[in-house]
Amino acid sequence: MASKKLRKATGYLLEFACLLSALLVMLTLCLILYYIFRRGIAAVNIPFLTSLPTPVGEPGGGIGNALIGSAIMVGIGSLLAIPFGILAAIYLDQNPKSKLAAATRFANRVLTGIPSLIIGLFVFTVLVLRTGNYSALAGGIALAVMMIPIITLSAEEMLRLVPNSWREASLALGASKKQTVLMLVLPAATGGLVVGIMLAVALAAGQTAPVLLTALTSRFWLENLQQPAASLPVLIYTYASSPFPDWQEQAWGAALVLVTTILALNVAAQLFIAVRNRRL
Amino acid sequence: MTQSIAVQDLSVWFGRHQVLKNVSLYAKPKEVTALIGPSGCGKTTLLRCINRLHDLYSNATIHGKIMVGTENILGVNIDPVELRRRVGMIFQKPNPFPHLSIFENVAAGLRLHGLACGRAAAERVEACLRKAALWEEVKDSLDRPGIMLSGGQQQRLCIARALAIEPAVFLMDEPCASLDPVSTMRIEELIKELREDYTVIIVTHNMQQAARISQQTAFVLNGELVEAGPTAEMFIAAKDDRTEAYLTGQMG
Repeated sequence: MASKKLRKATGYLLEFACLLSALLVMLTLCLILYYIFRRGIAAVNIPFLTSLPTPVGEPGGGIGNALIGSAIMVGIGSLLAIPFGILAAIYLDQNPKSKLAAATRFANRVLTGIPSLIIGLFVFTVLVLRTGNYSALAGGIALAVMMIPIITLSAEEMLRLVPNSWREASLALGASKKQTVLMLVLPAATGGLVVGIMLAVALAAGQTAPVLLTALTSRFWLENLQQPAASLPVLIYTYASSPFPDWQEQAWGAALVLVTTILALNVAAQLFIAVRNRRL
Repeated sequence: MTQSIAVQDLSVWFGRHQVLKNVSLYAKPKEVTALIGPSGCGKTTLLRCINRLHDLYSNATIHGKIMVGTENILGVNIDPVELRRRVGMIFQKPNPFPHLSIFENVAAGLRLHGLACGRAAAERVEACLRKAALWEEVKDSLDRPGIMLSGGQQQRLCIARALAIEPAVFLMDEPCASLDPVSTMRIEELIKELREDYTVIIVTHNMQQAARISQQTAFVLNGELVEAGPTAEMFIAAKDDRTEAYLTGQMG
């Protein structure tokens, strides 16, 4: 009898520990959001989102160019990383046991573990030093290098979740392997693929070091991709570590904008998946 | 036009392990041939050789001939993708396409091979769903996902999907294994109707099912074809002791 009681008690205790941990994770996120919102909301208004930064002490000034710079660099990163990542994942899924697949998987896992600072230094050495200037393009490429392994690994997982029985149904109907991938595997895995892409986009949008080392920053509008570009993370880093209260306040505002954008993108992706599933 | 299937001296290895040993079997047009035997004896492998699904798994070695009509489908000049169009297959677990509606599941093969579109496709889908005895149940919900149907309905949907591209022969791998008795009866009725137009080879673990629906039964044991013959004769008087033992439940 004693052992039964003990077993029950351990069960409750474990259940409580799990619940507590789940709440703690939620609480951390809520606290971060609450703080950013409370400190940042005062700074955010339309001119803040649409105007250039001003020198210290001058009132007004915004994050317009950083917002656009971030959007463009994450955009370049996505344009490069999404096709490469998905195509690589299709290769891994179709040739799961090949040596090249094993090597690719290993390389991707190592890449995800490399600090973003090192990736920034790499692109700095290969691109910035060679071309002689910091540029939005280099920033986008650095972000792509960060995104590719995340997209490849998550996409491969998602493609592998499409069961063999479905693929065989398609092949038995006389579809080629290529048709099976295009007409069955990719559509069936779309939800998961989008989630993986969103994860990579969110991560890229928040990167500071790779962008700082490749696109530097700028206090002007971006006119072409060969120019240095401002970005939200670098702006937040610069403003937050400055001694000027008005810059510090703007850093909170920029943080709020960055976090809200990432949240909104995630919610949009979830909605997209939900609507898609309902329409089926 | 349906075609006969003649398996001649078929041997199959997975890696070094031989799963089929010199199997020969003739399946007449417009007859149902039942493959019976204990699990792992090679029945499914035999079936999957006939539409060359084993080509997808690189460690399989296949020797021998399989004639569909007058053509050796194991020949080097045969394109497995084109072959599979002519060989319909129904799997053990119903596998409608998860992202497609009931209508689109049946139309998938038509679209894939550019056989019909628009009104012609709609008519073909209806005809196939009727033939698969599913039309009355789904005619008002053709836009719903195929995987929302019950297991038995899903299996009939898969049969309609296979019918749509008018294969020459039908292979069925334990099509009722995951179905309840009522659904099983409906599929069996359907197989009896399919027989009128097609050569059917069916793998089954259910001896009564083999007796009910097949004209020929083949008993496979440890990769060998022990005996094959008219179902009625085999169930009354098997020639081989091992068949007798299996049929009477003393083995497997």
